[in-house]
Amino acid sequence: MRGEYPEQALLKGLANNDSKAVETLYKEHFGMVQHFVLNNNGSYEEARDIFQEAMIALYEKAQSDNFVLTCQIKTYVYSICRRLWLKRLQQLGKFSQPMDGFDEVVAVEEDLEAHEKRNADFAIMDRALNSLGEPCKGLLEGYYLKKMDMNSLAKDFGYTNADNAKNQKYKCLMRLKKLFFAQYNIGE
Amino acid sequence: MDDILLLEAIERYLSGDMTETEKDYFEKLRRDTPEVDQMVVEHLMLQHQLEAYATRRNIRHQLLETHAQLLQTGEINEGGPVSKKAQIIQLFHRYKKVTAIAASVGGIIALFISGLALYFSSSVTDPKLEQLGRDLEAVKQKQKVQGSIINEVKTKIPQNARFLSGGSGFLVESNGLLVTNAHILRGTGAVVVNNKGEEFKASIVYIDHERDLALLQIKDEEFSALKFLPYTVKKSNANLGEEVFTLGYPRNEIVYGMGYLSAKSGFNGDTMSYQVQISAHPGNSGGPVFNRNGDIIGVLSTRQAQVEGITFVVKSANILRLVAALKVADSTYQDLKLPTKSALNGLNRESQIQKLEDCVFYVKAYGK
Repeated sequence: MRGEYPEQALLKGLANNDSKAVETLYKEHFGMVQHFVLNNNGSYEEARDIFQEAMIALYEKAQSDNFVLTCQIKTYVYSICRRLWLKRLQQLGKFSQPMDGFDEVVAVEEDLEAHEKRNADFAIMDRALNSLGEPCKGLLEGYYLKKMDMNSLAKDFGYTNADNAKNQKYKCLMRLKKLFFAQYNIGE
Repeated sequence: MDDILLLEAIERYLSGDMTETEKDYFEKLRRDTPEVDQMVVEHLMLQHQLEAYATRRNIRHQLLETHAQLLQTGEINEGGPVSKKAQIIQLFHRYKKVTAIAASVGGIIALFISGLALYFSSSVTDPKLEQLGRDLEAVKQKQKVQGSIINEVKTKIPQNARFLSGGSGFLVESNGLLVTNAHILRGTGAVVVNNKGEEFKASIVYIDHERDLALLQIKDEEFSALKFLPYTVKKSNANLGEEVFTLGYPRNEIVYGMGYLSAKSGFNGDTMSYQVQISAHPGNSGGPVFNRNGDIIGVLSTRQAQVEGITFVVKSANILRLVAALKVADSTYQDLKLPTKSALNGLNRESQIQKLEDCVFYVKAYGK
């Protein structure tokens, strides 16, 4: 199964959004997680969500500067998923018996904590962006997320010139800032 | 409007688009105006957050795409319309545990049924009746389970003889005369084991197949006679509904059972025995059946096959007849007197059992 890519190269590929690396990781580990979730009261959809969440956690870890993975990717992914699924089950009140599966588990609490913080930030930003409404949301997304230049954005949105669009973008950004920090600081 | 200009300046400053002079001027402004400084910090944070948001959104999107793509190529699946083979594998994974449980339950039931079949197929003259002797196989099995093979090594069964069957027996004379069932004694001799696990050699002194009773005499120097036996052997018939109890060796350890006299006659109206409602197992055969006062009313011998708890007990009057016959047949027993003292009357059951335990033996018959 492995061998095509050494694990480090795979992780580097993942950190750079290399589609081949993402695909390889997906193929290698999805089955294990799906099996685990299905065997523990879960559905196909839940298995997918849990696995993708774990992949995101791995991705974030791989992207961080001080990144070290001291175990096999498989063990790491399994540990994350196991932890996430246990938590989900507990939330649903479905948790009844000890889970079966691979015994090898590594401590992932810290990583998960960081991951959950990012999850929360993501949710706040998502809400803030969505409550801006159009064209603000589109403008900001175009400029800050898609890194489009002001001229094409102005054209797309129908502004007479780039300066007007830019002006509008700043107004939008100020609104976003307000919305985001209001939520963000409550969240703290 | 000022804010927007400032924001633009901050953005240019942060992205490094400012010229050196602009930058110097802006940094001085930051130092001198805390509000501007705060705005820069906030903007930086917001930018980071927006970047993280973008990154997260991208990887999410990428993962969803990869998922969809792999689903399409069949390299992963979610139980949807996939090939039959893949479906079966999925189902297998999903229900592996359930299947395993079901299979093991099935196995247990099968074992249980075959066990029952074996149990009820033991050879008795009447297929509806079962003798309660323990035959070799059952005993062997139990010994394995209880790890008492060491006992067998030290056994007093002669080396060239085989252990054939086992049951229970009890003393009717304090120096070692025992009553047991005739059907237990299949071989040529027997050893008896007391409740402490001590083995004594014994010989068959009288056997009456018609009554299914036999008398064994312990002939072993290691056996010390009891001071007296705490029970009598009743001449008269027991009453219907009387509470009875038994002690015996369905295991290698003495086992107590309790029941009541449910009919004055035995199987098919046999007047030589009672029907007793009591749970009995192979190995209980030959065991004493006591009444409430601890006196002997019979010898547990057979049970009705396939009906739990219906047991037949040879009436104690038959013991008396047997002993009388022995006196005639063997002159050494001329002066034999059966116990006459009921010492257990009024005692609670535990105390009764404590005194009775020493009088009940595990009988092992051997032959060539």
